[in-house]
Formats: sequence, C-alpha cells, structure tokens
Amino acid sequence: MSEFADQVSQFMGPFLGRVPHNKQLGLRFMANGNNWVELQLPYAPHLLVDPDHGIWASGPIITLMDTCVGMASMLTRGAFEPHATLDLRTDYVRSPKAEATVTARGECYRMTRQIAFVRGLAHDGDLADPIAHVTGTFMFAASKLTGGWQ
Amino acid sequence: MTSPALATLLRLPSGRLDLLPYAALLDLSFERVGEELQLVMPFAETLIGSPGRLHGGSIGGLLELAGLLTVIAAQPEGEALPRVRPVTVTVDFMREGACVETRAAASITKLGRRVVNVHAQAWQGSRDKPIAAAHINFVLDWPER
Repeated sequence: MSEFADQVSQFMGPFLGRVPHNKQLGLRFMANGNNWVELQLPYAPHLLVDPDHGIWASGPIITLMDTCVGMASMLTRGAFEPHATLDLRTDYVRSPKAEATVTARGECYRMTRQIAFVRGLAHDGDLADPIAHVTGTFMFAASKLTGGWQ
Repeated sequence: MTSPALATLLRLPSGRLDLLPYAALLDLSFERVGEELQLVMPFAETLIGSPGRLHGGSIGGLLELAGLLTVIAAQPEGEALPRVRPVTVTVDFMREGACVETRAAASITKLGRRVVNVHAQAWQGSRDKPIAAAHINFVLDWPER
C-alpha cells in the first residue's frame, strides 16, 4: 500500500467516529487499499422503515455507500481535499437478510482533474451476492492534483 | 406496516412520522400544503457529515421517504395496501445542506400498479433553490387476494 493509504488506515476509524451522522448510524471502518475502502453498518432497529416486514430504510444504505465511495475517492486523490457528492445512484438488487450487518465495498475507478468516478456494492456476508450496487461521482473544489494517486 | 396506519395518518393535515423507525431517528414530521405532502427534517447535530454541512445520506434518506410516503398517500382509500420498496434511487446534490431545517416533497411521474416513478426534491428556505433531488423507481408488491 502507498504511504498515503497507510496513513488513511490509521486515520479512518477515529475519523468515522467523529462524523456525527456516521456515528449516529454506527458505521465502522474495516479496511482499505490504495483506491478502495470497506465499511460496515451493523443492524439496528432504527435503521428500518417498515418494522413489520423488516424492510431497511434507504437512507442508512445511502449514508453508508456515500461515505464509503467518498473515502475511496479521497484515497485515490492522495490528499484530504474537500469534495462533494455530485450524484449517487443505488440499485437495490435484493433485500438484506433479517438483522444482518451490511458491509460496503467502494472504489474509485477513475480520477480526473475535477471529478472522481466511483462505484461500490453492499452485501450481507457474501461479496458475490450483493444487496445493492452504487455508482456515482464526486467533485473536487480544487482543480490541482496533489501527488500520490495512481 | 404500518401501511394502513400510515395511510390513515397521512390523511391528517400534519403529524409526526414515528411509525417509521428511521423517520423517528431523523425526527421527521409531515405537513399537507395544498395537495402536496411535505416532509420536515429539523436540523440536528447528528445529521452532520462534514463540518457545517448535512450528510448527503441524511438528505438522500429524507428524499426517499418523501417519495415513499407520497406513493402510499396516492393509493386509493379503503383498499389493501401494497408493500412499497425502492429499486433504484438516484440522488443529485446541487447545493450544500446547511445546518437548518430541510423540507422535501415528491411528485409522481407515473403511478402504475406495479411500478411508480417518482421525482423528489429537498430544499432549505427557498423552494426554488433545491439542495438535492432524487429520481426513484418504486416497485409495489400487492398482498394476495
């Protein structure tokens, strides 16, 4: 792993705990590489929209995936530059198992001067059997790249 | 659900949405403004993503709920209600979410029996300056007769 990715590994766990909405939902940092991040969202009853059918609200999954691919974009950028989500599409391919912990895996597959192109998936135990796919873009305020990205 | 109780609740002029656990977490309430169902998300520290800004996920969650509740409110009164689930949710973020109250409302582009296409918008203060919008396709699962 790059020096920056190593630095991010140290920083990410405590950082997630300091972001109020991520803390409220209980997001956990798991692992990262040079251009990818893995996070987890443990089940909690307040994440459901329909308790009778055990249906998860979309919001917690969007928060999880937005955070995950946002981190992946920052990693790939190689610097902690301010950036904002331009758009994020989530396809729910199936429902999560009851009371499952949801794991997110997100990567940045293309970085340009201003835009990071990202994709990711969420699963409940088996990476090969996802519950959701996401694709999105992030915009960087600064137009200059500051080293370290591949 | 929740669905029949929710449909009854949504016929009121206003109310809280504590029937839905995630809506309770976001402290959401609704108001009927003319024909439109508006969701209200008061500002709370717990909604923050980066310093001074709402988390995109909390805005996305609000948009999805505005869509979901608009679909439930559009079902004919007195009939069995379907289970409504989003299949695709695409959120565009136009402006930063400031640390103030956010509102959201949705319009139905096509109300089908199996698929409902919805457009939702979220704004702060000025309705004509949306901070985010979502295009959502819901699939309805009807109970067996």
